[in-house]
Amino acid sequence: MKARLLAASAVAALLSSGAAHAQANELTLCWAAWDPANALVELSKDFEAQTGTKMNFEFVPWPNFADRMLNELNSGGQLCDLLIGDSQWIGGAAENNWYLRLNDFFDQEGISMDDFAPATVYAYSTWPKGTPNYFALPAMGDANGWFYRKDWFARPEIQAAFKEKYGRDLAEPKTQKELLEIAQFFQGREIDGKTVYGASIFTERGSEGITMGATGALYAWGFKYENTPGKYDMEGAVNSPEAVEALEFYKELYKTATPPGYDNAYMEQSLDAFKSGQVAMAMNWFAFFPGLYADPNTGGDKIDFFVNPAQNVAASTLGGQGISVVANTDNMDGALAYIKWFAQPDVQAKWWSMGGYSCHNAVLNDPGFKDSAPFAGDFLDAMGGVQDFWQEPAYAQLLLAMQERLHNYIVADKGTAQEALDGLIADWTEVFEDEGKL
Amino acid sequence: MTNTPIDRLARATPPDMAKKVRGLSDRAIAWIFVAPTIFLLLAINIFPLIWTVRLSFTNYAANRPNREVEFVGLRNYIRILTDDGIWANMQTTAHFLIWTIVLQVVIGFSLAWLINRKFKGNDLLTTLIVLPMMLSPAVVGNFWTFLYQPQIGLINYVVELFTGIPASSFSMLGPGGLAKWSIIIVDTWMWTPFVMLICLAGLRSIPDYIYEAAEIDRASKWRQFWTITVPMVLPFLMLAVLFRGIENFKMFDMVVLLTGGGPGNETLLASIDLKREAFEKWRTGYSSAYAIILFVTVFGLASIYVKALNKVKER
Repeated sequence: MKARLLAASAVAALLSSGAAHAQANELTLCWAAWDPANALVELSKDFEAQTGTKMNFEFVPWPNFADRMLNELNSGGQLCDLLIGDSQWIGGAAENNWYLRLNDFFDQEGISMDDFAPATVYAYSTWPKGTPNYFALPAMGDANGWFYRKDWFARPEIQAAFKEKYGRDLAEPKTQKELLEIAQFFQGREIDGKTVYGASIFTERGSEGITMGATGALYAWGFKYENTPGKYDMEGAVNSPEAVEALEFYKELYKTATPPGYDNAYMEQSLDAFKSGQVAMAMNWFAFFPGLYADPNTGGDKIDFFVNPAQNVAASTLGGQGISVVANTDNMDGALAYIKWFAQPDVQAKWWSMGGYSCHNAVLNDPGFKDSAPFAGDFLDAMGGVQDFWQEPAYAQLLLAMQERLHNYIVADKGTAQEALDGLIADWTEVFEDEGKL
Repeated sequence: MTNTPIDRLARATPPDMAKKVRGLSDRAIAWIFVAPTIFLLLAINIFPLIWTVRLSFTNYAANRPNREVEFVGLRNYIRILTDDGIWANMQTTAHFLIWTIVLQVVIGFSLAWLINRKFKGNDLLTTLIVLPMMLSPAVVGNFWTFLYQPQIGLINYVVELFTGIPASSFSMLGPGGLAKWSIIIVDTWMWTPFVMLICLAGLRSIPDYIYEAAEIDRASKWRQFWTITVPMVLPFLMLAVLFRGIENFKMFDMVVLLTGGGPGNETLLASIDLKREAFEKWRTGYSSAYAIILFVTVFGLASIYVKALNKVKER
């Protein structure tokens, strides 16, 4: 009996040590649920094969991503060892010690931030902004871009009708105003017996949609958040005449060139409108472009891509994220090993080839990069002029205030653009006063 | 010696235990039974309420654990009560509340009045009518979003069919002032059956002999309705209004799915705004003050209403 008991105890001990070992060799990576996340699952199989670490993934749909992950971090949860979080979270995550500061690790492993595109390092990794304090490795470069029905644009009867109306050839727009004209030209037009519309743009109210869409116009007109960076002096910058004009432009685009009922649309709705053949043009994040190009119905030779057109300046709204180590992970070594593996140039090259947007200079500066995909050149152009929203710890308050002001003006027809931007300054001033920054 | 079950139980009880039990008064035994409930009530309701009151006087932000928490006095309350946006949300909530209750009472009572008559298929019809209230608000919100869709939605199609107004020329959930009414229509569709059921219970509780006596006195049907039916159903109706009022003051899920509070702030109910302040903007102190103001409002209105309800019952 005693011998049996001993044997059972030994087996139990072995099993429990095995379980503990398995636990130590597992990593959970959290991100949004979208096309690049699926590519990362495939890419990470190499890491699993090399290290024996089992990778788990927690992907949350975009509309709930911020809520879910910020709650997780805030409550000290241990769901994620690695997190590919939005660029705007970096301030709060750094100040609240949610992300591990990676400087020592980078120095120790010889990972240099000079190897990554400067705009992505600035946006995804540093806090305070622009200082050499790194809380993430640039993981997924992204910006808001455009795509259009190349096959419709090429039709002789449509070309002729456009030339007759506007006196120029129908082609990718070079300015925001050209974009509006093209969208209005297609609005309500019959193509193949079906009524089509101009463009699908972002108008979503709840999370960040309308802000991400409208800033595409605001940045192109020269919008600035502050007169002097770091001073929070917004009067005259946020509500400049150019900003007012840009906002009026975006409202006109929404009112005159989008499908009916398009008053609360973000990424998914934009993709649906384009893939169902409803719109001639659409805005969306570059992250979706590989999937769009591969689409059997509207991809391939029917689609082409262009960078957000300039108006006064060439500028695009920044998307994308860096990968961070969650500070209270119980597998710190494993998480850091993943970052080290992911930073390697050959892994970054494979990442790009699988549909992820590498930020590594070795990939971006490769002579063949521009021709590696129909949207690769546009991506490079976009990343050269990206601008991001506030990355302050109070970014959620700042963002939701802008969502409210923009949606009220653009969609709900309340007030003027000037009033919306003046109101926005008042909202943001209150937030910065509460933060003790004003 | 009697031989009832209680006596048998008493005889079977060991002397030590019997002695202990004999030592407890009725009040003590009552406390033993009530104590777990009181404990849970204190832990789950009262303590959080007191904590919320405390937080409402601070600048605490739940997502900023490293920031020093400052006592800000009445600043949060003053900000809320002087914020035009919040008053606009209150008006939106009141608009939603009043119209849903009015429509649900009128339609619910009418349906109950009709269902109360005996006819073939009565039971089947009752079952069909109450189906909407058995659905989840999330399901209702999602499928009404499709019904309201301007290009493929049934509602716009029907409007075009009967009026000639092009279906894609207006959006029930978009700008143009219809969104406020669209959410009222959905809530009314979903919850009128609830009011109907309560009214039906009221109607069926009226004894037939009262109507027979009225018939003998040659009272008209109209007179019977106003002097018998309405007064006797009124307490039931008021109860239904109380339930619907409290529920709709807290309305969140269905409206979030339908409009997300938009377009702009057109359908931004106080409950949705409060959730955004508390769990999206993370202004915990401010949102605590907001919650207290809403709580006091609901509690105050409900107390006045319950007093009125009791007076009606006493009549």
